[in-house]
Amino acid sequence: MNEAIKSVKLADMPDYELVKSGTGGCAGCPSPMGLRIVGKALGPNSIMVMTPSCAVASIGVMPKSCYDVPVLNVCFASAGASAAGVSMSLDAQLKSGELTGEKPTVFTWVGDGGTYDIGFQGISAAAERNDDFIHFCYNNEAYSNTGVQRSGATPKYATTTTTPAGKSAQKKNVPLLMLEQRVAYVATASLAYPQDFYRKVMKAKSIKGFKYIELHAPCGPGWKFASSDTVTLGRLAVKSGAWLLWEGEHGKLTLNTPTKPLAEGKMPLTELEDYLKAQGRFSHVMKSPQKDAVIDEMKAEIRREMDFMLGREKL
Amino acid sequence: MSKRMDTGNAACALAVKAANVDFIAAYPITPQTTISEKLADYAAAGELSGVYLPVESEHSVMSAVAAASAAGSRTFTATSSQGLLYMHEILHFAAGGRLPVVMVNVNRAVCAPWCLYADHQDSVSQRDTGWLQFHCASHQEIYDTVFLAYKVAEKVRIPAMINYDGFLLSHSMLPFDTLDQETINRFLPPYRPDWKLHPQWGGTFGNVAAAAEYSAYRNTLAEDTLKAADVIEEEARAYKDLTGRWHGGMIDVQGPQDSDVFLMSMGSMSAEMSLVAEALQAQGIKAANLKVRVYRPFPGAALRQALPQNAKLLVFDRNLAYGHEGGALLMEARSVFYDSGKAVKIAGASVGIGGVDLPAAMLTEKALALLEGLK
Repeated sequence: MNEAIKSVKLADMPDYELVKSGTGGCAGCPSPMGLRIVGKALGPNSIMVMTPSCAVASIGVMPKSCYDVPVLNVCFASAGASAAGVSMSLDAQLKSGELTGEKPTVFTWVGDGGTYDIGFQGISAAAERNDDFIHFCYNNEAYSNTGVQRSGATPKYATTTTTPAGKSAQKKNVPLLMLEQRVAYVATASLAYPQDFYRKVMKAKSIKGFKYIELHAPCGPGWKFASSDTVTLGRLAVKSGAWLLWEGEHGKLTLNTPTKPLAEGKMPLTELEDYLKAQGRFSHVMKSPQKDAVIDEMKAEIRREMDFMLGREKL
Repeated sequence: MSKRMDTGNAACALAVKAANVDFIAAYPITPQTTISEKLADYAAAGELSGVYLPVESEHSVMSAVAAASAAGSRTFTATSSQGLLYMHEILHFAAGGRLPVVMVNVNRAVCAPWCLYADHQDSVSQRDTGWLQFHCASHQEIYDTVFLAYKVAEKVRIPAMINYDGFLLSHSMLPFDTLDQETINRFLPPYRPDWKLHPQWGGTFGNVAAAAEYSAYRNTLAEDTLKAADVIEEEARAYKDLTGRWHGGMIDVQGPQDSDVFLMSMGSMSAEMSLVAEALQAQGIKAANLKVRVYRPFPGAALRQALPQNAKLLVFDRNLAYGHEGGALLMEARSVFYDSGKAVKIAGASVGIGGVDLPAAMLTEKALALLEGLK
């Protein structure tokens, strides 16, 4: 792994703000929090492509926008192809001399619905073609924008408005699929680890080709926790092993801190129950007579995932 | 200028290569495929001025070209049938976004059941997406319409679809004349929009709009689509002045302007229809061929002007308007003459569905039967 891009303290990150005051996001919304870090890493010479999501619903009504960079708000399944279209159009214009200067960084800001489900085909295809942009998936593990319905990223047992008794299927693992597509760069990130996230965005910016970064994005209204606890939930997810931090280049995987020492048993895992009881979407599990069995099953799944990734890292 | 003997798809690809196109995205579908293949050949040989993106579906094709158009590129793609239907959502986006994308749709029947051959159900069913729609009756017209479509689309900022019949035109070999690059550049200079999706210009694209602003946008698109008829007439004349080539403005009346009977159709059928007009004339009926060159905007004013008082208009549709007696052209022709102050008798039929052959003799019989019904 290229270590050229070092960790930067929060206080040393640029002052630039991509998200202007007046965003319509809920209090504690992870989307503007994540975009602030993205903006500091990418700077104003950027073009953002968005698909229907909370991040679009909270942009402000025309002619206002809470985002400082040009935004293309395309249709739901369009992110991969539209970002490719913008990026290649810039390449063509820079080549012909129609545009001059540094190529703006093209990036998408798309939810798990637009990434895991309706938009998956286009994103997988852009990854396969190695189109030059960064795809960000801010993963709040449900269709929060339409009122918290299940998505392919919703974890097993979580309640949503379309899985009122808890989801029965396991979630997909799209970052892992991207790793196995051997994209130029893929990383997972967490709002609780902004320096790690910033470094990964800087890294993605430095690479030409397809980059995929998935940000774990706890959603207060969707998961039922207080708006002040977004970062706390994010940290609990990482420390309990429910969310793993890693990055990969062309199929070569590196586990990041603290996921690696947690997986290797060099650091104790936070009790998964602490993460589950800090939110409401698993409350039926916590009240269930099968509670212990369900939590054991979840822990076994986390262990399996960690063992898999430790082995995968050796390849 | 040089004379070529080639397919309709080859004529199309040659024109696209010469049209200073910056960005092409494509996905194969019969009978359009050979356009995409030929353009890929040009790209591989370094003969294209722009870039070529082979994407994984038609929905992604239109998502890519619309985005590239917003970023400031002159864009092209080609499709047919199911591919056009799969683009439907983004067709609305491109028109609403006033992005002057140009696309060729090689007309083909839609499924079920599956059918590879020509009819206009694919393009007619996209009528209300806000795109301009041209129809071509010859290889020469395909070649020439590519330049016209870009000129008009970029002037009125509305995307344009160029239609021609699958296999009948796309795969048949016919002679056509090309143009030298200097003449093309004079008619169609490189695309330089006054706004681009780029930090140097700023702004957002496709933002959320309140009802008042949304309706203003959409009403403006509706008004500008109607106004595009004048631009099409004007640019078709400018093209004629420059090249000597004429395929009509909104429509093309071939035969006596004071005819009693007008035979209206679009696509390759309107080439066959000139034989039908001759056959009717041989029977003592004063008849003219009326080719619809532009389906959207509908050539209402041109039709009202062209048809004399008490004329008979026979409308031949290569589509079905389900739930209505007759096809889309017939429906709109009747609407154009209702309350127009002109007494025009109108009858029509839907023919050639799924590529059913349309020989002149059969069309002549059909025309005589329709005339009999109008008595």
